[in-house]
Amino acid sequence: MKIRITNGRLIDPANGLDDRRDLYLADGKIVATGQAPDGFSAERTIDAANLVVAPGLIDLAARLREPGFEYRATLESEMDAAMAGGVTSLAIPPDTDPALDEPGLVEMLCYRAKKLNRAHVYPVGALTIGLKGERLSEMAELVEAGCVAFSQANVPIVDNNVLMRALQYAATFDFRVWLQPLAPFLARTGVAHDGEVATRLGLPGIPVAAETIALYTYIQLARTTGARLHVTRLSSAAGLALVEQARVEGMDITCDVSINHLHLSDMDIGYFNSNCHLVPPLRSQRDRDALRQGLADGRINALCSDHTPVDDDGKLTPFSESEPGATGLELLLPLTLKWAQESGLPLVKALARVTSDAARIVGITKAGHLTPGARADLCLFDPAAHVTVSRDQLRSQGKNTPFLGMELPGRVHYTLVEGQVMHELS
Amino acid sequence: MHNPQLNKHGELQHLLTIDGLPRDIITAILDTAAPFTEVAEREVKKLPLLRGKSIFNLFFENSTRTRTTFEIAAKRLSADVVNLNVSTSSTAKGESLLDTVDNLCAMQADMFVVRHAASGAPFLIAQHLLATGRDHIHVVNAGDGRHAHPTQGLLDMYTIRHYKRDFTNLTVAIVGDVLHSRVARSQISALTTLGVPEVRVIGPKTLLPTEVERMGVRVFHDIREGLKGVDVVMMLRLQNERMNGALLPTPQEYYKVWGLTAEKLALAKPDAIVMHPGPMNRGVEIDSSVADGTQAVILPQVTFGIAVRMAVMSMLAGQQGSNKQ
Repeated sequence: MKIRITNGRLIDPANGLDDRRDLYLADGKIVATGQAPDGFSAERTIDAANLVVAPGLIDLAARLREPGFEYRATLESEMDAAMAGGVTSLAIPPDTDPALDEPGLVEMLCYRAKKLNRAHVYPVGALTIGLKGERLSEMAELVEAGCVAFSQANVPIVDNNVLMRALQYAATFDFRVWLQPLAPFLARTGVAHDGEVATRLGLPGIPVAAETIALYTYIQLARTTGARLHVTRLSSAAGLALVEQARVEGMDITCDVSINHLHLSDMDIGYFNSNCHLVPPLRSQRDRDALRQGLADGRINALCSDHTPVDDDGKLTPFSESEPGATGLELLLPLTLKWAQESGLPLVKALARVTSDAARIVGITKAGHLTPGARADLCLFDPAAHVTVSRDQLRSQGKNTPFLGMELPGRVHYTLVEGQVMHELS
Repeated sequence: MHNPQLNKHGELQHLLTIDGLPRDIITAILDTAAPFTEVAEREVKKLPLLRGKSIFNLFFENSTRTRTTFEIAAKRLSADVVNLNVSTSSTAKGESLLDTVDNLCAMQADMFVVRHAASGAPFLIAQHLLATGRDHIHVVNAGDGRHAHPTQGLLDMYTIRHYKRDFTNLTVAIVGDVLHSRVARSQISALTTLGVPEVRVIGPKTLLPTEVERMGVRVFHDIREGLKGVDVVMMLRLQNERMNGALLPTPQEYYKVWGLTAEKLALAKPDAIVMHPGPMNRGVEIDSSVADGTQAVILPQVTFGIAVRMAVMSMLAGQQGSNKQ
């Protein structure tokens, strides 16, 4: 199918482009911008007046809850959410049940996703069997099955010897390792940032040291093993400073932050709002401000949704007993736009953090940009529209997010995957 | 932020925490409690204020003392009281907290007195009642996790007012395990709201929460320093399990360093009073000579506790008091 997208404002962060140009798609690929290629005759023309035409978003952490947690969400429901949110590529954390530690499981997930024919999935394999931090997973086979990196999700490895071996083994193949900085014992019993709010509410705290100590360990071990480290979901200013310092010392290290930590702090817990129970915990306003600044100047490489659908049963309990996590796929774009507006960032720069920069971390070369030849994964949105986040409007099976009731900028009008319109605003 | 325990007229709808409670409401509760202390001295210890009302004592955590005082308070107001030890019934069968609440609502409850091991549980119940249009049912927090124990905080204020009259010239020290103490948090909120110029907390760093000074207290680790010149000493209970988790080495060392002895108490003002929320660990946080001494007001605290709980319940659900429905 040949598609011409006309009258739109083309934003392609990878090529530093923000211009009113037409875009031409054929055979699932981008074939030209500006002038139509010779002999191009569009079978469909999409009028993108007042819309931004951008690469489809790439999310570094989207839990689809399959296999194992289908009562919370299914591939279908969450893929719908991704399409509604303009997210066309998803990195899947391995904390499913069973964990993504077997090539067969990963193949099954990729097969199921492909059959649904919506967003592209990029599974992140379990670094250790069952995420137990004891035995190494079959990394080479898992990569053959489709894994793009390895991680422990939110389950830290207790034994540093195992962690070192896992990093060494991954480094043998130059596989990327994505690690959540959480020191196991310091983070174990806490449910909120160890600060004034947790003190007032009597919630067990998780100190910033849980993040920094883990980072010290990861950075030291990555340095000695030569592993390629990506740090997921930074939560603190001190954590960011450590990543920066490692970079100054010549280390190839990347990091990301979630939409929740970019916009919220522990103050948002208010009177025990369990939607704010997240891993890592929401930290102080000062931490949040440092993360926002870090994402703006590129010290934090990418922004992700950390999409974790939790059902009401998991949230309608006292804060400390509630399941951590929040739905996010449909909020990734609006919260990117909100951050850009509030920080006075040009859109082309802000969108880089959820397209081209995220693509680089996953190792995606064919998407995340609008260069001719790229996969025609696109998100067409109205940046001026505002939408109130409500349970009814969320497609995700997880209706719980701290942003419920908030009015956020940006409405997705079209989502295209490989040149096919997968979502169209009615 | 909307304070979920006040209704839209700013009146008390639930009693969930003292943090954020306006000073005049605290004072109104203490004033309402005063005449109730006399009821206990009558031959017929009953008032008809809550006649026909059903009060459910919903205890998800074991407690004898607090539950009993709530029960006595409710019965003196002529309410019907049902005691539920949920820790040993429904939740053991896997029923969720809100399912339990819904079932009891169906039994026409007028008030829940809730104790729960998790901070914030009574808030969850209050929010659930509001969301389901049943906010005519009142919730009283009888202790949630480490968060709050507002009626204890109020009875402590009643006790202090009884002996000291005025809050605005006092120095008050809270001694012990503030970290795990819902009582301490409610005391701090109440004392600072009532205008006590200096509230001190005294204890080892392992038992004082992070940034506790942001709650408006001065932090002392040396009990001798901290007790100097105080008018009120509020002791906290030290749970035995604190020896696990590397918070303290032994009860013996704790007693030696932070236990309240006559010698340490002598550093306070000569007319200082000594309080304790009970149950006491003699020889751990407090020496028997102090617990049974002339400065101790620990048993009057218990007596006042019934009057204060009567005041709270009558103000919430009664036909009299400052909060008519």
